[in-house]
Amino acid sequence: MNWRAIWAIMRKDLRVVLQNKGVVLPIILLPVILFVVLPLLVLLLPAALGSTGAGSNDLQELLAMVSPGLRSQLEGLDPDAAGAVFFLVYMLAPLFLIVPIMVSNVIAADSFVGEKERKTLEALLYTPTTDGELLMGKLLSAWLPALLVSLLGYVLYSITANLAAAQLVGRPLFPNLIWTVMVVWVAPAAAAFGLTSMMLVSVRAKTFQDAYQTGSLVVLPVLILLLGQAVGVIYFSVWLTLLLGLGLWVVSLVLLYFGKRTFHRTELIAQL
Amino acid sequence: MADPIIVTEGLTRRFGDTVAVDGLALEVYPGEVFGFLGHNGAGKTTTVRLLNGVLTPSDGHARILGLDPMTDGPALRRLTGVLTETPSLDERLTARVNLSIYADLYGVSKTEVKRRVDQLLAAFDLTERADDKVGEYSKGMKQRLALARTVIHQPTLLFLDEPTAALDPVAARQVHAMILSTAREGRTVFINTHNLVEAQRMCDRVGVMEHGRLVALGTPHELARSLARNVSVEFELAPGSAEQAMTALQAMPVQVSAGQRNGTVLVSGAEREAIPDLIDRLVSAHVRIYQVTPQEPTLEDVYFALHSDAEVKQ
Ligand SMILES: Nc1ncnc2c1ncn2[C@@H]1O[C@H](COP(=O)(O)OP(=O)(O)O)[C@@H](O)[C@H]1O
Ligand SMILES: [Mg+2]
Repeated sequence: MNWRAIWAIMRKDLRVVLQNKGVVLPIILLPVILFVVLPLLVLLLPAALGSTGAGSNDLQELLAMVSPGLRSQLEGLDPDAAGAVFFLVYMLAPLFLIVPIMVSNVIAADSFVGEKERKTLEALLYTPTTDGELLMGKLLSAWLPALLVSLLGYVLYSITANLAAAQLVGRPLFPNLIWTVMVVWVAPAAAAFGLTSMMLVSVRAKTFQDAYQTGSLVVLPVLILLLGQAVGVIYFSVWLTLLLGLGLWVVSLVLLYFGKRTFHRTELIAQL
Repeated sequence: MADPIIVTEGLTRRFGDTVAVDGLALEVYPGEVFGFLGHNGAGKTTTVRLLNGVLTPSDGHARILGLDPMTDGPALRRLTGVLTETPSLDERLTARVNLSIYADLYGVSKTEVKRRVDQLLAAFDLTERADDKVGEYSKGMKQRLALARTVIHQPTLLFLDEPTAALDPVAARQVHAMILSTAREGRTVFINTHNLVEAQRMCDRVGVMEHGRLVALGTPHELARSLARNVSVEFELAPGSAEQAMTALQAMPVQVSAGQRNGTVLVSGAEREAIPDLIDRLVSAHVRIYQVTPQEPTLEDVYFALHSDAEVKQ
């Protein structure tokens, strides 16, 4: 592997991607909405409006529905604190995964499909890079930024969530084990999943917009997790989180295997 | 003669029922400017792809600079530079960044990159706009930048795919000058073109492609001599006798038109053997002839001669 060439491909892709508003906007807005606006709204708005905030009846009903495992985690806390922990630690955990998935997915859409659309792929295919180096450059240019944004999002979230919950719970909620596993094990797998699924989409898609739209279907599994936890079928324990990461890695590797089979310059050039 | 730098035998590429390149046998020698002529869809771009190991042949084989494009692709592409049909530049990046990224991709030594980029920007007259985004460039500037990128690693063999097709005459002339100057540095240049004037002016030898087949090969001069059966002849006549001449030649199977210079008529579409008859006709119609000049046949004549043959066959 010629790392200088791989780095050059990444540098090129990232510089180009950063000029695409359709990519940059979601990368910035998504974490801000999920990790700053959402917790603040849910926890602080009701309090400001004079209702009882996290301890409201609706939330109590929801808490009554969650799985016994999760309820045992919340035992011993007063209702407001239980509500805050439930929401900030458990409900938002699956939503966190949207960030690495979407970031890698949207960058990969620009790097794999946008490059065809802009007609810049052909010159790249005539360089002495091998197919493997080309693929590695493109994978890393979507994967590494997704990790970076997830990490920054997590730091941001820890701060907002700790501040928002300070009064209710009386101790910092972050860092904690579940979220640490999420960030170091599941998020990288989720980023890999977002990007390898885009590899498959990219074979057919002709434009960045097409790829972006088809690609956004990758968040469906996250919504299923979210729903599953809300209706009490599952809850985010450390074990579940570890298992989830493993599952995502396996799926990503399978997708990568299929994506790699068509990623040869002799095939790519015929798609131009 | 030196050993050929490009050798192909029976090189063939099919796409479904289309035979894009059909049994191509070709040799190109070091230092040549070789023109690969043919209209759209003749198989020129496909050939360049095959020769650089970017596309797999359906049949036959090629050796470029002693390497097999299919097994030694990366090593081969280190020695070749390819100007693609569309400039294939990152329009969202500046010229400088476009060049330096490709310097890295082609493995230009790290300490050399900055110097090489600056030197190319200057040579291709882009220094002033080097830090502007390429999207803001004119077509001619883009093409110059694409050319600069093609030679950033000082390739031995250069492929140029329709280098002036999208350019206005002034920009095309600039690009021609740059191509000739890189050729003078000792490079072998393989030019795909459908522009006959360009081929005539720049190429040492040309090959004419039609429907994937090489139908003619030689110097522009040889081809013109051997293939252009119909010639054009310029007659310089006494002032005011053009009308008279046209009437006299009406019955002959030729086209007569006013010549470029005053007092001349141009007779085209005649076979060489018919020239004495034309003169006979004019003389017996009392047209006074000062001078008869057969026009050197051009590649254009060759091209149309070949093309009408193919049409007759179909
Ligand atoms: N990737 C491809 N898929 C299908 N047909 C192709 C492909 N590339 C080229 N062709 C066909 O092969 C023929 C030669 O094309 P090309 O080499 O691009 O010609 P030229 O460069 O001389 O215009 C054309 O009929 C073209 O439609
Ligand atoms: Mg072409």
